[in-house]
Amino acid sequence: MSLLRAESLSVHFGGVKAVQDVSFDVEQGEVFSIVGPNGAGKTTIFNLISRIYDPTHGSVEFDGKDITRVPTHAIAELGIARTFQNTELFEAESVLNNLLIGCHVHRRTNLLQELFFLGAVRRQELEFRETVEEVIDLLNLQSYRDQIIGNLPYGIRKMVEIARALCLQPKLLLLDEPSSGLNPEETDDLSFWLEDINQDLGITVIMVEHDMNLVSQASDRVMALADGQLITIGTPSEVQNHPEVLRAYMGD
Amino acid sequence: MRFIRKTNYQQDINLIQHSGQVLWYGLLLLAVCSGPLWLGRFLLGEFSFVFIYAIAGLGMMILVGYTGLVSLGHAAFLAIGAYMHAYLLGLGIPFPLSMLAATVFSALIGGLIAIPALRMTGIYLAVATLAFAKIVEFIIERWESVTGGFRGLAVPKPLLFGYDFSAPVAFYFVCLVLLLGSMILVLNLLRSPAGRAMTAVRDSETSAESMGIHLARTKTLAFTLSAAFTGLAGALFAHRLTFLAPNAFDMYMSIQLLLMIVVGGLGSLHGVIFGAIFVGLLPQGIAIFRDMVPAGLAQVPGLEPIIFGLILIFFLIYEPQGIYGRWCKVRLFFEQFPLYRKSTYKRQKSFLRTERLQ
Repeated sequence: MSLLRAESLSVHFGGVKAVQDVSFDVEQGEVFSIVGPNGAGKTTIFNLISRIYDPTHGSVEFDGKDITRVPTHAIAELGIARTFQNTELFEAESVLNNLLIGCHVHRRTNLLQELFFLGAVRRQELEFRETVEEVIDLLNLQSYRDQIIGNLPYGIRKMVEIARALCLQPKLLLLDEPSSGLNPEETDDLSFWLEDINQDLGITVIMVEHDMNLVSQASDRVMALADGQLITIGTPSEVQNHPEVLRAYMGD
Repeated sequence: MRFIRKTNYQQDINLIQHSGQVLWYGLLLLAVCSGPLWLGRFLLGEFSFVFIYAIAGLGMMILVGYTGLVSLGHAAFLAIGAYMHAYLLGLGIPFPLSMLAATVFSALIGGLIAIPALRMTGIYLAVATLAFAKIVEFIIERWESVTGGFRGLAVPKPLLFGYDFSAPVAFYFVCLVLLLGSMILVLNLLRSPAGRAMTAVRDSETSAESMGIHLARTKTLAFTLSAAFTGLAGALFAHRLTFLAPNAFDMYMSIQLLLMIVVGGLGSLHGVIFGAIFVGLLPQGIAIFRDMVPAGLAQVPGLEPIIFGLILIFFLIYEPQGIYGRWCKVRLFFEQFPLYRKSTYKRQKSFLRTERLQ
């Protein structure tokens, strides 16, 4: 059974049809990439899945549950984590605190316990810290642990954002252009980490990406969009050689 | 220089992180606890006042410094706490209970205010809270059967087992204990998920929401807690004033509360204390200043707000991190002496979206 199923998804902003009648399935355990020229509606699809936008038509089903109308904050609790195209980190906080916020969905204590910092809160904090440290070890962020986000270079921020998403221990990870702003070595590292995340942690990944090398290295299937419409879904090489895709990128 | 070797995750959780803090905070605690021995009667009263300001400052800091919601109407919560406390004391309720009731009532009002306020941020929220403060002021003026209106309301003495807690030394310790208790609660909040959720909402609402943080709930909580601490400060403030009148809780008071945490340093608890000392003792400083300058200058009306304003502008331009920011720099200077370089804290122009209106 597929983990995520989008059925004839459409969203209109006034007269702009950002996404029109797009349907796709993402299988458990795969890396699924979305490609397309600027303005094709890739990020919009992310925003529809993570419930930042309401779809005009269609539905999204995750893990057998209809999530088309659940509130935005409930998405994380269901096990969907995301990153943002231009990084949306908590700038005034340390890397450690950013990652701890990633653990927020696993909170079991209530306010009263927290105000008096009872034993349960301390145990929970230690548990969160273990989770965070595992992610830090995975992504090699040890030396940045206590740094304030505002002082970090862009490439590191991108990784911290992925790390924060992993702290949720999600079933599905949505990566919005993970390689933008990274240099070639960092992009190479990223493709290895993607493999680790996907195969060792067993997390299904959907990513929006422009770097075709990364897409063909990392992904199992690719969906191509243009002007809000689905062109094709297939293996990376199939999609790269699809005449409609070539036309969308190169023109006639 | 101190290098802290971390061998345990508990070290990052504990409130006291190294032995140096035990020494310095221990000395500070000793100094304030022995206050009645070395402070005169007048200064003792002034310091009680600083403690009250600091409790209100904690409330402001939760809302403005940590959740990023600006309020220009916190004098209203101060007023609600003060009037509720005075009214209940008048009914013969013992003062610890009445103080608790004032705190809870103020918190409830804070929670109610949060409902419409959730839809607003930034300058719109500031204006809405200003309107709220005005409404509360108006209610206090008109609801004469409870508040005494313009005639005012005398605050009964806080008696418990026949002992008068408004006597200078006793009141000093009441304020001190409540301040320390409040600080511990806020520190606990900040190191647990609820507090982190607040800072997350401050820095990026979109991202906080997709991390599973319930925006409405978090903001309501911030408002409620903020109103609770300010209400508690209000109850203490009532004893300081001994006679309540609506004009004690006007807009100037709200602005003073906001200035306190801005001058102290937004986003730090040290900032609350520095700000409270600044706001609490500045009028005395100005009084001393008046004695020193020629009579013509000393008699200028409105000298206080002018000096207040000038100092605020000075801070916004030269030290946006407030007194606490300056404190950090001075401390680093001594820690690294003689290797300190001025450029350590040089403000950099960042081309990413890092400078938000907090």
